[in-house]
Amino acid sequence: MSVTQDSHDSQDSTDKPAVAGAVETSTKLASHLHPAGSFDLADHPVPNGREEVWRFTPLKRLRGLHDGTFTEGGKGSVEIDAPGEVTVERVGRDDPRLGTVYTPNDRVSAQAWQSFEQARVISVPAEAELERPILVNVTGEGTGPDATFHHLLVDVGAHARATVVVRHQGHAVRAGNTEIRVGDGANLTFVSVQDWDDDAVHLAHLHAEVGRDASYRQALVSIGGDLVRISSSVEYAGPGGEAELLGLYFADAGQHLEHRLFVDHNAPKTRSNVDYKGALQGQGAHSVWIGDVLIRQVAEGIETYESNRNLVLTDGCQADSVPNLEIETGEIEGAGHASTTGRFDDQQLFYLQSRGIDADEARRLVVHGFFADIIRRIGVTEIRDELMRTVEGELERSVGTPLASGGAR
Amino acid sequence: MSILEIRDLHVSVDASDRGDEPIPILNGVDLTIKAGQTHAIMGPNGSGKSTLAYSIAGHPKYQVTAGTVTLDGADVLSMSVDERARAGLFLAMQYPVEVPGVSVSNFLRTAKTAIDGQPPKLRTWVKDVNTAMERVKMDTAFSTRSVNEGFSGGEKKRHEIVQLEVLNPKVAILDETDSGLDIDALKVVAGGVNRFREQEDRGVLLITHYTRILRYIKPDFVHVFVGGRIAEEGGPELADRLEAEGYDRYVAAAS
Ligand SMILES: Nc1ncnc2c1ncn2[C@@H]1O[C@H](COP(=O)(O)OP(=O)(O)OP(=O)(O)O)[C@@H](O)[C@H]1O
Ligand SMILES: [Mg+2]
Repeated sequence: MSVTQDSHDSQDSTDKPAVAGAVETSTKLASHLHPAGSFDLADHPVPNGREEVWRFTPLKRLRGLHDGTFTEGGKGSVEIDAPGEVTVERVGRDDPRLGTVYTPNDRVSAQAWQSFEQARVISVPAEAELERPILVNVTGEGTGPDATFHHLLVDVGAHARATVVVRHQGHAVRAGNTEIRVGDGANLTFVSVQDWDDDAVHLAHLHAEVGRDASYRQALVSIGGDLVRISSSVEYAGPGGEAELLGLYFADAGQHLEHRLFVDHNAPKTRSNVDYKGALQGQGAHSVWIGDVLIRQVAEGIETYESNRNLVLTDGCQADSVPNLEIETGEIEGAGHASTTGRFDDQQLFYLQSRGIDADEARRLVVHGFFADIIRRIGVTEIRDELMRTVEGELERSVGTPLASGGAR
Repeated sequence: MSILEIRDLHVSVDASDRGDEPIPILNGVDLTIKAGQTHAIMGPNGSGKSTLAYSIAGHPKYQVTAGTVTLDGADVLSMSVDERARAGLFLAMQYPVEVPGVSVSNFLRTAKTAIDGQPPKLRTWVKDVNTAMERVKMDTAFSTRSVNEGFSGGEKKRHEIVQLEVLNPKVAILDETDSGLDIDALKVVAGGVNRFREQEDRGVLLITHYTRILRYIKPDFVHVFVGGRIAEEGGPELADRLEAEGYDRYVAAAS
């Protein structure tokens, strides 16, 4: 475990326009962990690719989302299917609820904030116990480079229980922000599946504020798209909250799939558990996982663990995995992280084949096994089979491109 | 009548991960295993016993540089690992491999389906697996656990025997299936091998260090394996002599 410790001149950075500062002070290793953010695009300089938060992302493939050269007019639809007690609204930019949970903290996020036309607001009343998930189907209907911007607010009242499943499909160049408020004692499972067409570009920020004693489970599943970059951050509105951030990705040849997690333990007795698993196959498949956890001085008695495991199925892939734990108090229950990247295990392949199972089936079993626990833990029965099928569909593509050393003759 | 024939087998192990040339391990092995026979191979550590077993099974680390292996006349060496298994070969491994996330029951069903070319009959399948497990005193709760993951050494070996029973090959190669077992487990495992042998048309190649297991599984032939080849052959009495005298005589002669 590598623990990064850093002293901060200010604990209360929330009302400072710290974005520019955060980028400039990247020599201070952890200072990018908690920039205050700004709604003003001008506060976010156009990235050049050397910034800590952009250094893994191929800016050239962002279709100008980061430097204002994008073209507007992308087409797409958003369908929301929710149980009766849930309120689903389409609201204007001036709705006072927007921007109360999250302030954009990078250039593309600020661009999306500035550019979206209407926002969706999904409200689950206090104490409601939803019997079925709220389904949000986002379909990109574009064909070219034109961009769409979106904003979503999910507001779950105190002691309510809800599940939201967002599915992204089709072609899009899309940037957006999702604000999630989990009320005190509430329980929210939020799943987002990125199953875009091959040429889609999707940059998204999700920020959750987890109430006192609330429970938030998030699962990000990224499968399709040319470039997907999702930043997911969590903070706590009171003590006792817990966040479980799960992820699954499967990068094919040429795909860039990036997940950036940030858990801000800003309240005592809070818990977080980050667990991401990814598989990579094919020339130029690239995954990026950044796991930042900040334990502030007030956050006594917290517990956190983060893990990222990558399974490299073929040559020519790159899995970047950077866990980072910044601890400002020693009074914690536990903190740790693990990051592993392993090649497909020839011994496992041999063992299964020696029982008559052919190589493709054996690979399928092993990858299945690799992802099985994370899919089980996502815990949404409605999408479990679908996810398994999706993983299998990805594996079908890998047939014929085994590891150089994987031939078993 | 099945027959596994190994002729003048030379094998090198791939050492490219250490930047070395392939290292020759087997230096001309001749062995014929006919249905109904049990052959024991005994030899000191590092003499190449596992290499022989892996080479027959087709492990990619081992390169056959000369010789032939045939099963009922079919060229085994040109088959992939899974084809060899489907042709009727089975290797109980010295160190069975853990496969996280793949349950024992899923693994067994997938393997059985592959070997038979069709899924096992639902009606009897679960019972068959449970019976095989109970016979080697393995709790049927193991069905839901990941393959070999967190199994004790003895549990891994019993699981190999469960597979032997369920997959029911023509020729079984058992690589030190006896090592690491206490006496009760040893009897249980030997019982599984004997049930397999009692069927018609089955051959066994039993690799072991110790004569202990040969009290429970009576071999028809004993081969002394030294320096990558068979140094002497005989009947069961050869095992007793090895127990008394050790391998020193052969090792000295080979070097
Ligand atoms: N993958 C490998 N890389 C390098 N050397 C190997 C490899 N596999 C086997 N060898 C070498 O080949 C020789 C024979 O090994 P093998 O495992 O076949 O012996 P064994 O007779 O089964 O020994 P034991 O009784 O300890 O199981 C040993 O010197 C061993 O170090
Ligand atoms: Mg051995």
